[in-house]
Amino acid sequence: MKYIEEFQNPDLAKRLLDEIHATVTRPWALMEVCGGQTHSIIRHGIDQLLPEQIELIHGPGCPVCVTPLEMIDKALEIASRPGVLFCSFGDMLRVPGSGRDLFQVRAAGGDVRVVYSPLDALKLARQNPDRQVVFFGIGFETTAPPNAMAVHQAARLGVPNFSMLVSHVRVPPAIEAIMCSPDCRVDAFLAAGHVCSVMGTGEYPELAERFRVPIVVTGFEPLDILEGVRRSVRQLEAGRHTVENAYPRAVRPEGNPAARAMLADVFEVTDRAWRGIGTIPGSGWRLSERYRAFDAEHRFSVEDVTTLEPAACRAGEVLQGLLKPHECEAFGTVCTPRTPLGATMVSSEGACAAYYLYRRLGGTPVPAAGKEANPVG
Amino acid sequence: MCLAVPGRVLDVEERDGTRMATVDFGGVVKEVCLEYLPDLQVGEYTIVHVGFALQRLDEESARRTLDLFENLGLLEEEFGDPWEAAASEPVVAAGSEPAAAAPATATATATATAAETLTREVGR
Amino acid sequence: MDFSGWTCPAPLRDQPHIVMGHGGGGALSAELVEHVFAPAFGGAALAQLGDSAVLALGGARLAFSTDSYVVRPLFFPGGSIGDLAVNGTVNDLAMSGARPAYLSCGFILEEGVATATVAEVARALGEAARVAGVEVATGDTKVVEAGHGDGVYINTAGIGLVPEGVDIRPQRAVPGDVVLLSGPVGAHGVAIMSVREGLEFGVDVRSDTAPLNGLVEAVLGATKDVHVLRDPTRGGLAASLNEIAAASGVGVAVRERDVPVPPEVANACAILGLDPWYVANEGRMVAFVPREHADAVLAAMRAHPMGAQAAVIGECVEEHPGMVVARTGLGGTRVVDLPLGEQLPRIC
Repeated sequence: MKYIEEFQNPDLAKRLLDEIHATVTRPWALMEVCGGQTHSIIRHGIDQLLPEQIELIHGPGCPVCVTPLEMIDKALEIASRPGVLFCSFGDMLRVPGSGRDLFQVRAAGGDVRVVYSPLDALKLARQNPDRQVVFFGIGFETTAPPNAMAVHQAARLGVPNFSMLVSHVRVPPAIEAIMCSPDCRVDAFLAAGHVCSVMGTGEYPELAERFRVPIVVTGFEPLDILEGVRRSVRQLEAGRHTVENAYPRAVRPEGNPAARAMLADVFEVTDRAWRGIGTIPGSGWRLSERYRAFDAEHRFSVEDVTTLEPAACRAGEVLQGLLKPHECEAFGTVCTPRTPLGATMVSSEGACAAYYLYRRLGGTPVPAAGKEANPVG
Repeated sequence: MCLAVPGRVLDVEERDGTRMATVDFGGVVKEVCLEYLPDLQVGEYTIVHVGFALQRLDEESARRTLDLFENLGLLEEEFGDPWEAAASEPVVAAGSEPAAAAPATATATATATAAETLTREVGR
Repeated sequence: MDFSGWTCPAPLRDQPHIVMGHGGGGALSAELVEHVFAPAFGGAALAQLGDSAVLALGGARLAFSTDSYVVRPLFFPGGSIGDLAVNGTVNDLAMSGARPAYLSCGFILEEGVATATVAEVARALGEAARVAGVEVATGDTKVVEAGHGDGVYINTAGIGLVPEGVDIRPQRAVPGDVVLLSGPVGAHGVAIMSVREGLEFGVDVRSDTAPLNGLVEAVLGATKDVHVLRDPTRGGLAASLNEIAAASGVGVAVRERDVPVPPEVANACAILGLDPWYVANEGRMVAFVPREHADAVLAAMRAHPMGAQAAVIGECVEEHPGMVVARTGLGGTRVVDLPLGEQLPRIC
């Protein structure tokens, strides 16, 4: 695909890697905030190509993983009600709440459907006026505008049987929380490119200055990630800490003003719990007063569903790079990808899940399926 | 966190009071909501997430980024690294992305290799 | 690192009800067979757990296989449930090296489905059987109440003869074997997804559904010493390679850039956040052969219309037994895990 393939070019990746290897003189811990970047790093094996001194800490930016257990239990409760048509992005279906997931609700007779876009859920609501159609509105600043639009349209078109279970999260408060931790090891952040496509870069200079930490807005293809690393390392080696945009083809300083205006109208900032991490003040969005009628929590009276996060989970420490996954007592015993306790085990890109998968390699060097393996050259 | 891919706008139409576009992702065509980028034109590229165009893809900027990668190392040896000086400026204060502020020597070298990049793309 | 205290995640008791993933061809499907079906049925033949069972009967070696088809929609770009019902079972037989000969065919029809639809499916099924060179020898029809089925379900079973000197099983891969793939992957799954409700997208990709018995004949013409054949259907290439690695106890090392993926398939997967290696195929085959025969097998595949784009994609190694590891385009490595259940579009 144009503007994807070019940014996967191995020759250019080699140049970026050479440059990074030539620049780095000391150990640095870089956090890629976004789960999409973590996915790309693992998918392309980028972490193994970087100099040993560079440690990538996988941040809390997987929206599916950080959705609090309590919110998933609310979703399971609503989806189990008769007459409800519950819609969700696909990757949410496998995330377990307390003891079951949306797949199992479906197996028990619930009408749970995967949609590609929140507008598809709205369409289902208009096609099924006798059903209550609920959309599970999760995600960061990138996904919030599409979800906001669905609510706005429901109000505009008068679709009374549509509602949204909102569990949106915001990146800057999470960065702040990580930096405020007394044991924080993060030297620089690769900020999430598509979040900045919407929000712009205005929220970051204050954080970079206050915590004296470089923040480099980074894209998702291998070359983008290597460029984010290169710029971070350059700043660190030079003792600088500014905000840079390494993803200018998709990020403008002002973001997307129309999307930001819609967010300000439909949502309001609230405290939000992050699965396995805890509550971060001001880190979430909920529906604003004006749109409260579309709030599924209210409509289905599930406000009182409360779930305590398992105490055994130390995902918060893992996410800050303070604890390696296998050092956690629960790792591989009560906490596995099939029965995850916290955010980092939920998604296949989560730090704990990745460790779990790679453990079987046991440090064995992986032979290349290279030339000698190919009898036809 | 956010899987978003670049696609090219094939046509634009108003549907049910909502601005929609047909977008081509390298042979895969999907309906996309344009409400957040209402002035997007046919032929332009946009970053799409869950069925929404969220930002215009700046093709010139993409080319410049690739040129920068092409010239890594080379520039540093021959001219010092002009990108570094530009990159050190905070993005907000500079008002544009660092690459735009690169000195003329760098741009000249970059343009020469841009042709190579394009040839390679077309050759694919 | 100390992993001595490992316990495997307890599987089926986590799932009190059947979920869609149990039919997805991944880890959940495998657990259902291992923990529910195999213990209940017993029998040495079942323990082979191959695509088809090879049985000695009256002096002949017979391959025997069955499969049920529940695809939605019934007709999709490049084929229909009728084509799948023939090709799927023919291919399962061919993966033992057998020459498929006879099929049975059971139709489960939903009350109210148009007779013309059933006729069209039947025509497609008959035509696919003629193309594959097999005969539908026996059949059955049942009707279930409206709302209890998706129009048409089909079960087919098939038998075929395994030629003398051929022993092809998932357990036979050994370090040094070369891994070949008969053509580009992912087309069938993407063609189906493109017309599935809620996902619709426009793409010029047709299902690759096709019988592979001719291709297998061509391979066996080059050498009888073929260790493993597998058609990567549900769970895609990733699931097949994992099953073989696990059954044989070898490591499988694959070079990513040698695995052909059509651009439209790759792009559709990029939009939905899927990995084409996990997407279903219905007319592709992986072959594990000793290194000394790899050139001849590749040439034989490429000379056959079903294998024109065949490629060597990797090899079996002693390291990381039971695991599939890919060398990425950038030169890094990644573990290619067994998929858990069905593939889902993701936003992250």
